Amino acid sequence: MSAIELNDVAFRYEDMAMRFALTVPTGAFLVAFGPSGAGKSTLLNLIAGFDRPISGKIRLLERDMKDVPPAERPVTMLFQDHNLFAHLDVAANVGLGIDPGLRLKTADRERVRVALAEVGLERFEHRLPAQLSGGERQRVALARCLVRDKPILLLDEPFAALGPRMRDDMLDMVERLRRDHALTVVMVTHQPADARRCASLVAFVLAGEIRHVAPPVDLFGMRDDPALDAYLGEAEVS
Amino acid sequence: MAARAERLAAGSTERAISGAAWPGLLLAAAMAVLVVAAFASLLGEVDSASASAALGDAYLWRVVRFTLLQAGLSTLVSVVPAILLARAFARRPRFPGRAMLVRLLGLPMVIPVIVSVFGIVAIFGQAGLANRIGAMLGLEQQTFLYGLTGILIGHAFLNLPLATRLLLPAWTSVPGETWRLAAQLGMRSGAIFRLIEWPLLRERLPGVAAIVFMLCMTSFAVVLTLGGGPAATTIEVAIYQALRFDFDPSRAALLALIQLALSIVMLVAAQRWTRPFDLLAAPGRPADRPDRGGGFGIVADAAVILVAALFLLLPLSAIVAAGVEWDAFVIWSDIRLWQAAARSLVVALAAGTLSVVIALALQISIRRLAARGTIAAGRALDLAGSIVLGLSPLAVGAGLFLLLVGLIGPFRWSLAPVVLLTALLALPYAMRLIGPPLMQSARIHDRLCASLGLAGWNRWRLVEWPQLRPSIGFALALAVTLALGDLAAIALFGTPENATLPLLLYQLLAGYRMGEAAGVALFLVLLVMLLFVGIERSVGGRRLVRH
Repeated sequence: MSAIELNDVAFRYEDMAMRFALTVPTGAFLVAFGPSGAGKSTLLNLIAGFDRPISGKIRLLERDMKDVPPAERPVTMLFQDHNLFAHLDVAANVGLGIDPGLRLKTADRERVRVALAEVGLERFEHRLPAQLSGGERQRVALARCLVRDKPILLLDEPFAALGPRMRDDMLDMVERLRRDHALTVVMVTHQPADARRCASLVAFVLAGEIRHVAPPVDLFGMRDDPALDAYLGEAEVS
Repeated sequence: MAARAERLAAGSTERAISGAAWPGLLLAAAMAVLVVAAFASLLGEVDSASASAALGDAYLWRVVRFTLLQAGLSTLVSVVPAILLARAFARRPRFPGRAMLVRLLGLPMVIPVIVSVFGIVAIFGQAGLANRIGAMLGLEQQTFLYGLTGILIGHAFLNLPLATRLLLPAWTSVPGETWRLAAQLGMRSGAIFRLIEWPLLRERLPGVAAIVFMLCMTSFAVVLTLGGGPAATTIEVAIYQALRFDFDPSRAALLALIQLALSIVMLVAAQRWTRPFDLLAAPGRPADRPDRGGGFGIVADAAVILVAALFLLLPLSAIVAAGVEWDAFVIWSDIRLWQAAARSLVVALAAGTLSVVIALALQISIRRLAARGTIAAGRALDLAGSIVLGLSPLAVGAGLFLLLVGLIGPFRWSLAPVVLLTALLALPYAMRLIGPPLMQSARIHDRLCASLGLAGWNRWRLVEWPQLRPSIGFALALAVTLALGDLAAIALFGTPENATLPLLLYQLLAGYRMGEAAGVALFLVLLVMLLFVGIERSVGGRRLVRH
């Protein structure tokens, strides 16, 4: 079964025409990389429903997503920044994932606590985002993704602002959450290294289209695409 | 990243995130209908025979000529000293009391104009401080205040601080590297002005001058009180006289149409010259610069700052000094004061609230239209909210006046038209204060809210209100304050029986009852401050922690 299916999806951003075709099997961890401006974030925005395609079909869990608003798609997304409301504390920020009116029952509050524990933030409930580090803020946002209980997790360069060590830890955490919660994950990144660490599938996005999708070993071993070589550089081709 | 987010927010396909735009469109349409109806009633009053007679009338053209003359001279005496003052401030970041003085520059904007006029009369009037000092030096007493001189002094008092505040950011926008480079190259004061300061000023001056010119062209209270007679009457005051003294609707309508035409010409001109800038921006931090040394520079800058400070502080302190004298307190036991205060409160709170509600509705619709990529419609709404800034209150008011006279007869209205008109006058400021933070909040939170299903009331309650509270509180405080100080609308629509505080103060001033006037002036200042601080604290709430 495929979790995500994009059939000839066309989109235009200013004067850049894009066309995406992609199938992601359920339970995969797909990492999409490529130069900035290639359309990686647009790909996620289309799946999440923030952008609407000009033509083509988007199917999530075998269901057509035409006219389905973002909140009702089986998708939850982590942005690069501004994932949290600065004036709400950690528990409220996570709780919004359960009820957008923030009317939480006791059981809901318990779920918030459990989710925070899962990302290693026990006893952070009453802190404000300003009192957290960058990595902690992204973990709070991850906890909210968990309580939303959606089968597809999209990550838009979520750890770009973190140091290398912290980024690796976060990636491992995402991989653990994927296994524990049977998620399908699509992550956009600048760093091919991220793809090597945890991806089951890698997509190379260039100039508004997905040029290759393959397991990391195959894609990084590829020798016949000059554009890919040019992007990865000498160091990566080995 | 920010630039990209901006493009995203304005992107053409971001249809997923938006809501209904009709409340704002409806409001803008209602306002347009009101203004057009007012226009129509003006046009309806002008019949061709009397119009052509009036157009040949020397009085009419004298009024138009004087209006433009005083506005031009007022701009000159406000903007030229403002350049000197702003430069002195920029060159002396550690001048004693500088921070307080710069903050004081905001005062003439919130103090009711008629109160400032009282302060000016107390200093420059016949029995004022200036003449008393002159007498001590053996000079003859002079009555120079009423007429063109008075108007210029009044307009300089109101607009010099405004122009200075608008010009100061030109200096703070110079990067530190530029000053270090200037120091390294050994540039002297003259070269610095020519090569660094003047090019920056040249960008801003036309816009600042246009704003000051428009404010002076449509200024009412200053001309009414300090003009002192038919020789020094502007269009704005002539409209008022035509409607309230001569009841000559035809002449009033013709004057109003001329005023509107002039305003529109000015608006278009200003639009061409002006890069958009923030009317309410707080001046930033000054940089270190190499031309601070020289003894002459220090003396010259200090002299400029001291003279300007005296010119602004003397009338302000006169308001307080005269207000605490014994004969000023007589008015505190006068029922007229308390009735006027009650009416003023009702009008100001109603008008301020109306203004902020309209601004919010318009801005939310603009945001939704922008999210849909319908930028042009959003621009139209924005213009609808700001158009009153350039239009004269008396001209729009005259249309409304004639409309109401036609519909229900003269003076059978309560204070409702005053509320409506003052709300419209405060609207541009409310728009400017609420728009940017609302857009900013959308840029940051739109996708997140859409993905969480946060919309409508929930989004307002949980996201917008807590974040916009300080801006809304400030906008409301400013709108209420402006409405509280209004003289134009109440002079047009009010009667002695339903006077507000500014009208009461004007009546006392016109009757030379300076003692009682002093009491009302101080009372009004205290009320303005109390309301401003009270609203900003209560509605605006505590400042939030941000990351």
